[in-house]
Amino acid sequence: MKITPEEVDYVALLGRLNIGPEEKKKYQAQLDDILKYMDMLAEVDTDNVEPMAGPVELHTPLREDLVLPSLSIEDALANAPAKIGSSFKVPKVIE
Amino acid sequence: MPELHDMTASELARVLISGETTSVEITRSLLARIDKLEESIHAYVTVAPESALDMAAEADRMIAAGKAAPLTGIPIAIKDNMCIKDRKTSCGSRILGNFKPPYDATVVRRLKDAGMVILGSANMDEFAMGSSTETSYWGPTRNPWNTEMIPGGSSGGSAAAVAAKEAVVSLGSDTGGSIRLPAAFCGVTGIKPTYGAVSRFGLVAYASSLDQIGPIARDVKDIALLLNLLCGHDPRDSTSVPREYPDFTSVLEKSVKGMTLGLPTEFFSKLDNEDVSRTVADARKTFEDLGIKFVDLSLPHLDYGIAAYYIIAPSEASSNLARYDGVKYGHRAEEYSGIIDMYCNTRAEGFGPEVKRRIMLGTYALSSGYYDAYYVKAAKVRTLITNDFKKAFESCDAIFCPTAPSPAFRIEEKIDDPMQMYLTDVFTIPVNMAGLPGMAIPGGFSRDGLPIGLQLIAPHFKEEVLVQLSAAFQRETDYHLKTPAL
Amino acid sequence: MEYEPVIGLEVHAQLLTDSKAFCSCTTRFGNEPNTNTCPICQGMPGVLPVLNRKALEFTVKMALACNCTINETSRFARKNYYYPDLPKNYQISQYELPVAEHGWLDLETNGEIRRIGITRIHMEEDAGKLIHDENRPFSHVDLNRTGVPLVEIVSEPEMRTPEQAADYLRALRSILVYLEVCDGNMQEGSFRCDANVSIRPKGTTALGVKAEVKNMNSFRNVQRALHHEIERQIETLKEGGRIVQETRLFDPSTGTTAPMRSKEQAHDYRYFPDPDLLPLRVEPELVERMRSQLPELPAEKKERFIQLGIPAYDAGVLTASRALADFFERTVELFPNPKAVSNWMMTEFMRELKGEEADISCCPVSPSQLANLLKSVEDGTISGKIAKTVFEEMFRTGKEPEEIIREKGLVQVSDTDELTAACREVLDANAGEVAKYLSGKTKIFGFFVGQVMKKTKGKANPGLVNSIMEEELKKRS
Repeated sequence: MKITPEEVDYVALLGRLNIGPEEKKKYQAQLDDILKYMDMLAEVDTDNVEPMAGPVELHTPLREDLVLPSLSIEDALANAPAKIGSSFKVPKVIE
Repeated sequence: MPELHDMTASELARVLISGETTSVEITRSLLARIDKLEESIHAYVTVAPESALDMAAEADRMIAAGKAAPLTGIPIAIKDNMCIKDRKTSCGSRILGNFKPPYDATVVRRLKDAGMVILGSANMDEFAMGSSTETSYWGPTRNPWNTEMIPGGSSGGSAAAVAAKEAVVSLGSDTGGSIRLPAAFCGVTGIKPTYGAVSRFGLVAYASSLDQIGPIARDVKDIALLLNLLCGHDPRDSTSVPREYPDFTSVLEKSVKGMTLGLPTEFFSKLDNEDVSRTVADARKTFEDLGIKFVDLSLPHLDYGIAAYYIIAPSEASSNLARYDGVKYGHRAEEYSGIIDMYCNTRAEGFGPEVKRRIMLGTYALSSGYYDAYYVKAAKVRTLITNDFKKAFESCDAIFCPTAPSPAFRIEEKIDDPMQMYLTDVFTIPVNMAGLPGMAIPGGFSRDGLPIGLQLIAPHFKEEVLVQLSAAFQRETDYHLKTPAL
Repeated sequence: MEYEPVIGLEVHAQLLTDSKAFCSCTTRFGNEPNTNTCPICQGMPGVLPVLNRKALEFTVKMALACNCTINETSRFARKNYYYPDLPKNYQISQYELPVAEHGWLDLETNGEIRRIGITRIHMEEDAGKLIHDENRPFSHVDLNRTGVPLVEIVSEPEMRTPEQAADYLRALRSILVYLEVCDGNMQEGSFRCDANVSIRPKGTTALGVKAEVKNMNSFRNVQRALHHEIERQIETLKEGGRIVQETRLFDPSTGTTAPMRSKEQAHDYRYFPDPDLLPLRVEPELVERMRSQLPELPAEKKERFIQLGIPAYDAGVLTASRALADFFERTVELFPNPKAVSNWMMTEFMRELKGEEADISCCPVSPSQLANLLKSVEDGTISGKIAKTVFEEMFRTGKEPEEIIREKGLVQVSDTDELTAACREVLDANAGEVAKYLSGKTKIFGFFVGQVMKKTKGKANPGLVNSIMEEELKKRS
């Protein structure tokens, strides 16, 4: 088994996905299948190979420190599922 | 004059400038076509007739004022993952809810500035994750050649709209084959440009280091016109490459005599579909008649492309899709107790199974203890794949292979077997891994009458080579002129 | 068993750029939430980051001032965690390859130099703010602060006392302010600090299990929190308990630390290179340009002040804040007696400013005004004592010293005839005391002088009064 039920629970929580027991079984089997396929990568000799984060072989451009107008408060909150005053509203966060 | 919806963009541009027709008339013709066919094809998530006609009227004014650009007044469909200001952009997902972006994607801005007419948003696999356009929250799109079949994905709506003549041209996005595969399955022409050639600003991200926007059209002439419009540096995208691009229409008539195409043995050893093998052999003959030489070459790490891709793309996706949490925009669950529960329920309700699968897969690959074995290993294999291509291009101008191992398959055939679905992209994924341009062109038909696509792959920023080769092929063949009986 | 605390600090400083790290929203905002956001800092679908050049330049400056090696190539990484003040639910930060590494700062505590290693300096983006509703079951999310550029400075675990930690923080803040890359305001959170605290048996080298302490918003609270946390860990071990790796919040009202209640304890940040940003290259040319722009730093300035004849302690106080040091130097330019200026600033000035944490930018007295006051003392226009009164008035009203002296008639009386007359009047009126003096009780000389000063409302030239009084008393013997 490449991925245990506990690991499925762990990644579901890390990814903030609520999944039911039936779904969990299905995902575990499918992920296991996929991860087994990934095993082939172990055959590849990658010693002294640099990992590649993306195809562009340049360096990140720099923007001048200029201020441009922000969104109006109406536009900033237009898509909010819940708001209060000019804030987004969420269930209470306890630290 | 043929019916307006039958004409390509370059043909329409000609009759628009000559005054034989107007953009409003063209747009009406397309809207009527959409009305007639959408029930059976479902290429669109949203059609916007009123704003399309407004844009067409504006295009007509531009033309009348002598301010027409080459694509002014041409109706286009846009994949539902590109932000259009104040218009619902859903990415084929429930989680975006009624999200209306307060800004235009750079490509959308370019189309608007050129006076193109946006017909609506094309259907797609949810968050571009899929090869069949079946994972859309809005239901599957059907292949215009056979509505029992999938159109390919994830830009299935964009390809089907062009094939069914519900749009003159369209925009798709391609992360592992999502333009080329549906183009091939729907018998149209599509290109994934070099990574960094077209701005990703405003493209809802799936896998940022692989995503690239590109055009889909009925012939390569229209592709060249759209590349002229789309390619170019965007200071709002840090991965956009500053460079000059040629006029892609300038190579349309250019001879291909003496050019060399490479045949990767690793691709051809995998071919077990007779229709595809025959199509490739026929195409080779056509190219040889045009004076092209073929060389065998090896891409030794190609076999690892899918494994590496399905680590890298989900890893990036797991992070890119974290923002859909029900706080700032989009869907929020009604039932929850506390913030974590709100996140978990919102995302469980908002995402479909394929998206959840990839989020979990990517989260796993990045998680403590697995990062080196999965993400880093895959990123190293990516380097090897890229180096294979670099070496291969020392002996050829472009690489030639099929777009997919088979023609379109049946709806629901692979939906419960993700691994089988992933293997559909075996020929397209390596191109994204290396960031190369890849073109899909119609190459023939299966015995069941389904289109089969060819693929041409060029070195970085050598799109003009793909345009030149494809244009030569389309001068010699008429597969791209065939249209489904609808 | 005797235990030794091991303290490492992570400092986050907001950089004083005009616009945010990856978008063009302003970094200066008022009170209304979400008025300074855009699709990019709100993390809307489709947006992409582009790095602010100034944020890089400021970071490089700080790295140079902390003696770091600048990495020619570094990389942005995503730190993934869910929190409502983090709109993308990942923070753009740096992980494997930071902008700068391997630096150090020398701290002087009681004349002893201690070198604190700086592990790394990197750039990241700030999160927004959560405002908790006291009475109702929800929180408000304000994204104005989201995306403000931060520099994170991570020290080696090389501090052994809370006082050393506070000294290190003061030194770091002072450098940031000298460089004009951060305003250093701890109360408002533009300069923040988290501490990693562990203890180990004295004499051993292995590191113990550490606790991360957060929520300390003043130097004093840093010391209080660290003292408490060290005590707590020692007590825990002594009672046979075990230290667990956790994040603890300091509560300023009780002076104690307590574990965070959040379920987010089990962090797995899943760092990976941010595919939206290319590798960051810091051109040698940029490094050299920043190096050439470095101002004189606190340690160098202090050394120079000592060379001017200022006592080491005073030089330390004057250079702790760049504004204070600048004030001193501008005053010395106009009144070239460094010791006199320093004495004045260390006493009257500090008293009015109410300690080193006060902001000199609010000081109503200018260097030229202070120099003029000191000149008035030097040329005898007013006495040193009167000068204190004048200074208080200057601080209160912002008026020129000359104006105050004139208005209040505070010019020193140096007229010999006038002072002789005053002395005689005092002696005449106090015949008893004069008799005592003449009989040998010379200690009461000061009484006579005091009476003259009282009579002249403090304006009499004290030196002259002394000599005249002596003469007059001699005459009466």
